[in-house]
Amino acid sequence: MAITHIAGNKGDKIRSDCLVSLTLTAGKDILININSSVKAMYGESINTLCRDMLNFYGIEHARLEIDDRGALPFTLAARIEAVIRKHVDTDKEYLLPILPENYYTTKRDTNRFSRLYLPGNNPKLFINAGIYGSHGIILDLEDSVAPDKKYEARFLVRNALRSVDFCGAERMVRINQLPAGLDDLTFVVPHHVNLILIPKCESAGQIVQVDEKISEILGHKNSEVYLMPIIESALGVMHAFEIASASENVVALALGLEDYTADIGVQRTTEGGESYFARCMVVNAARAAGIQPIDSVFSDIDDLEALAGNARQSKSLGFTGMGCIHPRQVPIINETFLPTETEIEKAKRIVIAYEMSKKEGIGVVALDSKMIDPPVVKRALRNIQLAVDAGKLSKNWRDTYEQ
Amino acid sequence: MSNKLVKNAAGRMVPTEINGRPVVPYRGVGKYHPTGNKHAPNIASNIDYPADGNKLLPSLKEALVKCGLKDGMTLSTHHHFREGDLLATMIFDCASELGVKRLRWFPSASFSCHAYLLKYLDDGTINYIEGSMNGPLGKYCSEGKMKKTAVLRSHGGRYQAVQDGEVKIDIAVIGAGSADAFGNANGVNGPSASGVLGFALADAQYADKVIVVTDNLVPFPCIPWQIQGNYVDCTVKVDKVGIPEKIVSGTTKVTRSPERLLIAEMTARFCDVTGIIHEGFSFQAGAGGTALSVGNYFGDIMREKGIKARFARGGSNKYLVSMLEEGLVDYILDGQTFDLDGVRSIHDNPNHVMTSPFSSYNYHSKGNFAGMVDVVILGATEVDLDFNANVVTHSDGYLLHGLGGWQNCLFGKNVILPIPLFRDRIPVIRDEVTTLCGPGELIDVIITERGIAINPLRTDLIEKVQHSDLPIKTIGQLKDEAEKICGKPNKPEFTDKIVAAIKWVDGTIIDVVKQVVVDP
Repeated sequence: MAITHIAGNKGDKIRSDCLVSLTLTAGKDILININSSVKAMYGESINTLCRDMLNFYGIEHARLEIDDRGALPFTLAARIEAVIRKHVDTDKEYLLPILPENYYTTKRDTNRFSRLYLPGNNPKLFINAGIYGSHGIILDLEDSVAPDKKYEARFLVRNALRSVDFCGAERMVRINQLPAGLDDLTFVVPHHVNLILIPKCESAGQIVQVDEKISEILGHKNSEVYLMPIIESALGVMHAFEIASASENVVALALGLEDYTADIGVQRTTEGGESYFARCMVVNAARAAGIQPIDSVFSDIDDLEALAGNARQSKSLGFTGMGCIHPRQVPIINETFLPTETEIEKAKRIVIAYEMSKKEGIGVVALDSKMIDPPVVKRALRNIQLAVDAGKLSKNWRDTYEQ
Repeated sequence: MSNKLVKNAAGRMVPTEINGRPVVPYRGVGKYHPTGNKHAPNIASNIDYPADGNKLLPSLKEALVKCGLKDGMTLSTHHHFREGDLLATMIFDCASELGVKRLRWFPSASFSCHAYLLKYLDDGTINYIEGSMNGPLGKYCSEGKMKKTAVLRSHGGRYQAVQDGEVKIDIAVIGAGSADAFGNANGVNGPSASGVLGFALADAQYADKVIVVTDNLVPFPCIPWQIQGNYVDCTVKVDKVGIPEKIVSGTTKVTRSPERLLIAEMTARFCDVTGIIHEGFSFQAGAGGTALSVGNYFGDIMREKGIKARFARGGSNKYLVSMLEEGLVDYILDGQTFDLDGVRSIHDNPNHVMTSPFSSYNYHSKGNFAGMVDVVILGATEVDLDFNANVVTHSDGYLLHGLGGWQNCLFGKNVILPIPLFRDRIPVIRDEVTTLCGPGELIDVIITERGIAINPLRTDLIEKVQHSDLPIKTIGQLKDEAEKICGKPNKPEFTDKIVAAIKWVDGTIIDVVKQVVVDP
């Protein structure tokens, strides 16, 4: 019996995806059968892609079936490559050209208010993910991908990193828990990923392993792919600082509360009293290591008011961002982590006082007869910068400033 | 068909004769002037009707026989029950049992539930359909299986065609939620209440014979009497005239899709920035998830600014009703009712007004209120670089939707199409639309999740958004962006056979649909 392998998805609600099945046959030529909702428009180009890929992998006798519901080329290619490589033992990669706009890099301390999680095997959600204004996009290979889909998701995520324009969002991938996560790196590191999220971190050693593997793939010491470990257990919380400071490529420390609350044996609540200690630990550890503390996701996508409350609380504890599981959450989180009007007003006064004292050559900054410490000035400058970047404050605000 | 094709004013090749009758090629917006008199039905006399007003007959079949049903006649029905319509099926079952053939079905719209009638198209009971060709019927038509050419008209165009005598209705069958034995009828009472019955007005006025069918027969008088019994020949009571839960259309829920919410929000913002939303303005936001969400965002802006709309044009639904009840709009002028909150509101609220295609849309009249609406929110399957739009076929060439009130609404002061830039790899902006339904000069703004294109003719709108943060692009830029993501689509293949004609609001032929080439 000839073996048939499949990859992809099919179903009443599946769109922008396809199900591909490949059977290697004896003595027959290539038979390609395309059933597509966009056949009139793209049937020819799908057929060309199939032939080119079979040819690339040297397959001469096969039956390839495509059941397509408007999958974009990056998805079609990922699905076809997955079925071929289930048959053929090879490391050869069929790579579509990388978009010129996908070469951008991000900065260590770039804003990470919002990062939108995308299930790694659901291409429909990738296509427009960049338009909602989240600071980061996470292509997730871990919990949102079913175990039997882990293999094919790697091809899809790799192709998305090359072919999907995320409109300037920081391009992140959440790999699987180690050791499987180390194999994921091979698929994503060469394709201009900006940041790797490492789930269920409990020790500094795990960070070092990931960092070394990335260096090995890059062929030089990693200094371009940032790391964001996620603390998701009691042990992780206890080791938060050593994890945060395990490598200079760690730029943020995130918290995953679903797993954490399960680990300590409690229910997660909206109020979050049960995770107060963990959240304070993560904030403190991250700040001690000079990196950003990032809060967990808020799971009720319909309750946007509760989300806003949660985000305000998060900000007040010291976090500088949260995860998002739906695009609707992005604007609320972005707005909350920006400085408020009161904070901006205060920051303006401090910055003016600071600039005056500099101009007058006075060593200390004073506001209303109170001394202002350098970290306070630094925070005020940052708030002004954030407000200007977000369009909440004019770049020339000094011109109209009245004491 | 030895039918000569001519190029119409939109540059489309169209025939001068359809189904054996001469037709006028489209001449441009406001260019075709009709002449002559309106159609008039025969003079009726009280001599022929029961003195006690009781026109009730025992069954639909007997009513059809009494109305003289015979081969080749034109039968009309209405889509007030939408997917819950049972009447069209009953009528053609009767016709089939009576062995009547070659009927022309003239519905105000068809739905997927009418796929049942395909067997009657096959066996010759129904010769062909003049009306919207939705879903399975559209597919059947597109594949060239219908014996004659379908003719698609807008809601206003349907009224115009009946009034002008372009389509002579032999028997109109009007399904009503409530009626009395005299024939007075409405759609607001009874277990199958569907709301406004406006689409049946032309048929009541101009058809040769009129049958009213209800499952809720009330003693005279049936109030309100949107359909007046004075037009009606006979009445019939059936067990069930519609399936109430399917009368509420599936497309009348606010979208949850993040893309569409973004588009809806951007649309509302556009209307705010350009001053389209102002004290006393009017709007039309039809069915469909995106349009409904636009209405919701309008509500937010109106609340925030403390302003009110003078009227909203329905399709009414619970969202519009709640705006009326909150005092955000003075009146709903309702063309059709999409859910049970709408039905309840028409019943209870004097400011929720029943309209018909005569008052709202008919182009061959002394004006209509479509042109008074400040902003209309519409959809499209395709738009081209000149803002011409298509609503009836998909990019694969298949006829899948009707025109509805779409063409008529294009006469609103600001016509906005909030549409996704592409749908599962199908780009919306094309070099040329597959089927032309609305001329670009009447379409002002395209709003997509990746940017807004304003028709260059609307220099006033372009100026108003100049200093806003709205993502304004050219329509060409939007097209390039979509094609970069989806790839450049091929055009579908057609044979030379014309399967459907698209009428403009004045009865001229704006375009035709050809038979698709089906894969072997």
